[in-house]
Amino acid sequence: MSSTQPRSFTFQRLLLWTVLALFAVYFLTPLYVMLSTSLKDMDQVRGGNLLALPHGLNFEAWAKAWGTACTGIECNGLKPFFMNSLMMVLPAVAVSTAIGAVNGYVLAKWTFRGSETMFAFLLFGVFMPLQVVLLPMSQVLGWMGLASSIWGLMLVHIVCGIPSTTLFFRNYYVGLPQELVKAAMLDGASFWQIFFRIVLPLSTPILVVTLIWQFTNVWNDFLFGVVFSGADSKPITVGLNNLANTSSTVKEYNVDMAAALIAALPTLFVYVVAGKYFVRGLTAGAVKG
Amino acid sequence: MGALSIRQVKKTYQGNVNILKGIDIEVEAGEFLILVGPSGCGKSTLLSMIAGLDTPTSGQIHIADRDVTYAPSKDRDIAMVFQSYALYPNMNVKQNIAFGLEMRKVPKGEREEIVARVAKMLQLEHLLDRKPGQLSGGQRQRVAMGRALARDPKLFLFDEPLSNLDAKLRVEMRAEIKLLHQRTKTTTVYVTHDQVEAMTLGDRIAVMKEGQVQQLGTPEDIYARPATRFVAEFIGSPAMNMIEAQRTADGQSVHAANASGIDLPLTETQRNALPKGHVELTYGLRPEDVSLADNGLPGVLTIIEPTGPETYATVDTGVGKLTIRIPGALRRSVGETVHLQWDAQKAHLFDAGTEMRLA
Repeated sequence: MSSTQPRSFTFQRLLLWTVLALFAVYFLTPLYVMLSTSLKDMDQVRGGNLLALPHGLNFEAWAKAWGTACTGIECNGLKPFFMNSLMMVLPAVAVSTAIGAVNGYVLAKWTFRGSETMFAFLLFGVFMPLQVVLLPMSQVLGWMGLASSIWGLMLVHIVCGIPSTTLFFRNYYVGLPQELVKAAMLDGASFWQIFFRIVLPLSTPILVVTLIWQFTNVWNDFLFGVVFSGADSKPITVGLNNLANTSSTVKEYNVDMAAALIAALPTLFVYVVAGKYFVRGLTAGAVKG
Repeated sequence: MGALSIRQVKKTYQGNVNILKGIDIEVEAGEFLILVGPSGCGKSTLLSMIAGLDTPTSGQIHIADRDVTYAPSKDRDIAMVFQSYALYPNMNVKQNIAFGLEMRKVPKGEREEIVARVAKMLQLEHLLDRKPGQLSGGQRQRVAMGRALARDPKLFLFDEPLSNLDAKLRVEMRAEIKLLHQRTKTTTVYVTHDQVEAMTLGDRIAVMKEGQVQQLGTPEDIYARPATRFVAEFIGSPAMNMIEAQRTADGQSVHAANASGIDLPLTETQRNALPKGHVELTYGLRPEDVSLADNGLPGVLTIIEPTGPETYATVDTGVGKLTIRIPGALRRSVGETVHLQWDAQKAHLFDAGTEMRLA
């Protein structure tokens, strides 16, 4: 429409860009405030000008947030929490993604009597509010002897992640031609050979989507972290909360901001590294043979 | 004995939907069998059962005199070419061809040899390192055949392999498949809904309809002596002309039903083949068996369709619209009155009720 009319073209473009730029500024301002505040010292923070640039690059707040800030009575910063999260997130993401992939493969390519019903029940798990499972889950973890441990937390995240990972993979695999599986069966490939040699190599986009999704969810989870973790297995979100809520005489906004950024960095990193696959994976249709 | 033997195979879904109603087919070693029929006739289901991708509700399937009715696909020593080719998109041509061999633990050196031989046979040598996505339709088709050939199976199965190709390529690949079969002499079962493919490729054709084999015979057989009205109409293009008629109790000839007084000629043999008394029947005439003449059945030319080597014309007659097929061009114009003649011997007679061939 506008491309056929060069005069209104420039005007509309200008308007579009202006609106987009305004939105970008609007959404980036909080990040800017966090970043600049984290680089200020307390004197400048007390100065009260939220939007002012820091006087210099001062990483003291970052160092404190990482190593020495108090989270309750202990003053070891976010580091132990960060490590807890890392130790829990990596296996939880890997296992829930792997199980989701196999589930999806079976539900899409090896349908059996009742498999659709089973899938419907799995979907239930995607839409169920997680608060509902808190009590029964803690009971189960107690029975298993995993209460208040990092293993218990990991298990909860794996179990709660399976419905969505299964959904992702199942829907992706439904788009893969069934004839590929038939051809492989005729070629003499087994269930696992078909999965590892043919289906999995075609799964890169959905694999990346699922990994990002799971990583973000598990890393950012607060509810399970605060409920199921023990004293020495609290994840980063709980650590951040404790750090921000532990106030001595002064509220150290610069440290809080640095801590929040530290907590957000891994997910940010994952998006930057794998983001292009993320978009591609969400839009990719069936693989054309 | 037989390379493939299908015995009383039935398939029923949900207790009452009969996909296959008792199929019996014997295929000799080296034979090229066509399963042809309209969509929904059960031909693809039958092929799936031969391939081991589906199981019959009852009946048996034997390959090389071994009962494989419930054997998994990989133990049947068969190879299949799918309609969508089903090439593995993540592997190159070479890996695609070798995959079946690899799964069967053929040593690497031998695999390479076989791939080279197959690639040469199908002129794929320069494409071996390409991924399927980088190939044209015809090339993919050849790779799919190569994958099947590499295994040197007892039985080749083709599931409408040419239906995704354009018309020109289809004719080329059809010839290639025929050539391949003449060279390898591997027993083949080929499913298609295209009657031209069926006629050109098959040693024998099984025409299927609604889960039953209507006729099983050589192409000549099926064309010259169709067993049912359905076969007569399905095979041949343009389709056979069908005239609803009846033979009166006394009659020497058949009276056309829809145009009183018009006699359709019968030969002595045909007359004797008809049951006694009043008979409702269908009088079939192939378009090429009817010709223009100075006298005979009058009619008005309504459509003229030149194809180059021959011309199809539709003539509106007292017994209905008849299509005729004449060599070369037709120097007449639409609206003209013409006269049609045919040899009574060429007529096909079917019972109007049972649709079975009478003579």
